[in-house]
Amino acid sequence: MSMNRRQFMVAAAGAACLPLVGCSSKSEQQHVVVVGGGFGGSAVAKYLKKYQPSLSVTLIEPKTTHVTCPGSNWHLADLVSMEQITFTYEGLKKRGIRVIHDSVTAIDDQKHQVTLASGQTLVFNKLVVSPGIDFNWGAIEGVTQENADKIPHAWQAGPQTLLLKKQIENMKQGGTFVMIAPPNPYRCPPGPYERVGMVAQYFKKHNPKAKIIVLDPKDKFSKQGLFAQAWQDLYDDMVEWTGLNDGGKVTKVDVSSMTVYAEAGEIQADVINAIPPQKAGALAFTAGLTDGTGFCPVNPTTFESTLKKDIYVIGDAAVAGAMPKSAHSAVSHAKMTAAAIVNALTGKDDFPTINANTCYSLVSDNYAISIVGVYSVQEGKIAEIKGAGGVSPAKADSDFRAMEAVYAKGWYSSITQDVWGS
Amino acid sequence: MIKITYLLINWGLCMRVRKKAFLVMLSLLMSSSIMAAERGQVLADSCLSCHAGVDRNATIINLSQYPSSAIVSQMKAFRDGTREGTVMTRHAKGYTDEDIAQLAKYIGIQGK
Repeated sequence: MSMNRRQFMVAAAGAACLPLVGCSSKSEQQHVVVVGGGFGGSAVAKYLKKYQPSLSVTLIEPKTTHVTCPGSNWHLADLVSMEQITFTYEGLKKRGIRVIHDSVTAIDDQKHQVTLASGQTLVFNKLVVSPGIDFNWGAIEGVTQENADKIPHAWQAGPQTLLLKKQIENMKQGGTFVMIAPPNPYRCPPGPYERVGMVAQYFKKHNPKAKIIVLDPKDKFSKQGLFAQAWQDLYDDMVEWTGLNDGGKVTKVDVSSMTVYAEAGEIQADVINAIPPQKAGALAFTAGLTDGTGFCPVNPTTFESTLKKDIYVIGDAAVAGAMPKSAHSAVSHAKMTAAAIVNALTGKDDFPTINANTCYSLVSDNYAISIVGVYSVQEGKIAEIKGAGGVSPAKADSDFRAMEAVYAKGWYSSITQDVWGS
Repeated sequence: MIKITYLLINWGLCMRVRKKAFLVMLSLLMSSSIMAAERGQVLADSCLSCHAGVDRNATIINLSQYPSSAIVSQMKAFRDGTREGTVMTRHAKGYTDEDIAQLAKYIGIQGK
């Protein structure tokens, strides 16, 4: 290089000014705090750092590892181990994200401050809250938090997944597995029905005379026609689904006698998988981010809360228009939100983008169906782009279903690499 | 801006930093500008949810090694029905020519 030292310094300093223009004129580094280390929170931390490497990003998550809900149904059919669906935060740390394993006890939007259980306080320029879901215990008599160790929901993966698997393995030959499906809106719309297929695959091999009864407070569900056809084709009459119109709504569960009381009548069960009605994670309530729906209203372009400035809510807790509550949706929110925050911090305008969702459901190891949605903001709401999206074709050959099963596993591999990979 | 320029020069001289160290600092500052989120970047990053796999279970093509021009042609082929697929035919219909041109600047091998 022929530049002398002084020329270099002047040129360098001149060039270096450019990125500082539009940034805060304050000398301190801008700080974004992310609460919640699931798909949404982890992805937003990663993409904030990608879009603005100079940003200070802190992720707060009590657990040191994350067990993903996607893939946890597959574990019930012995298709994956728990280790294969468990991730650490090392990849995020390598990207320069500070990870604190603690829980948030308070959020002060006026002071721009979060308080942790340890007593530590963190000041933020922007806060992203990705608290996932919590349950409306008590909506069905007997379906309580205390009873969750007897009638597991397994709708937050981890110990509950292991418990349900153990109960399935220990069920008597020819016994009855009852699933109490949740009402809308809930995490992972096709998830209960994927689980039915995975439990059926397990029973077909180990307990062929077992019965699976699904009691549903809804009249229809995601990919219903495809699921119903697949259950019939793969598992004969093992699966019996009862919707709202046929008395599928459950009013009471007696855990001591393992009796389920539905509008259609009483059912004696051997295993009960009770998935309760859902609401935003507890932190969303304590922080005042929820409305009457029990979820969090947000600006559809930025995911900033409409109730609290400089606080963004993503993932299952957010009211995201037509987007389903899914891991793929949460990651889509996260990328959009990371961009919106960086744009806000650097004085740039928001831009409308496109959100996407893909949900694959395995019905057996080599048979899967999918649903796709592509979304934009239309008339102030996130809505499906007409003509795009939809479910797998009703009439497809076994090669098509097998190919989607291959892609289902590829989707899992890719999205977890995208979020937690190094 | 003048004040910041002055401070940076002053800091560089006063601290007697080596040119290399200063270059590192400069690249960090520059990257924060370069990496600021553009629409095409966010659209491209959406593709990575499915197309970023690297391990033995990565059964969906990793687009980082795919020519950018092919991303444009194949997105249009899926959208317009000249290429069959599973989910891509359903995804591609959500994107205009402009969307595809924007995202292709940020994914795949550029110039190919």
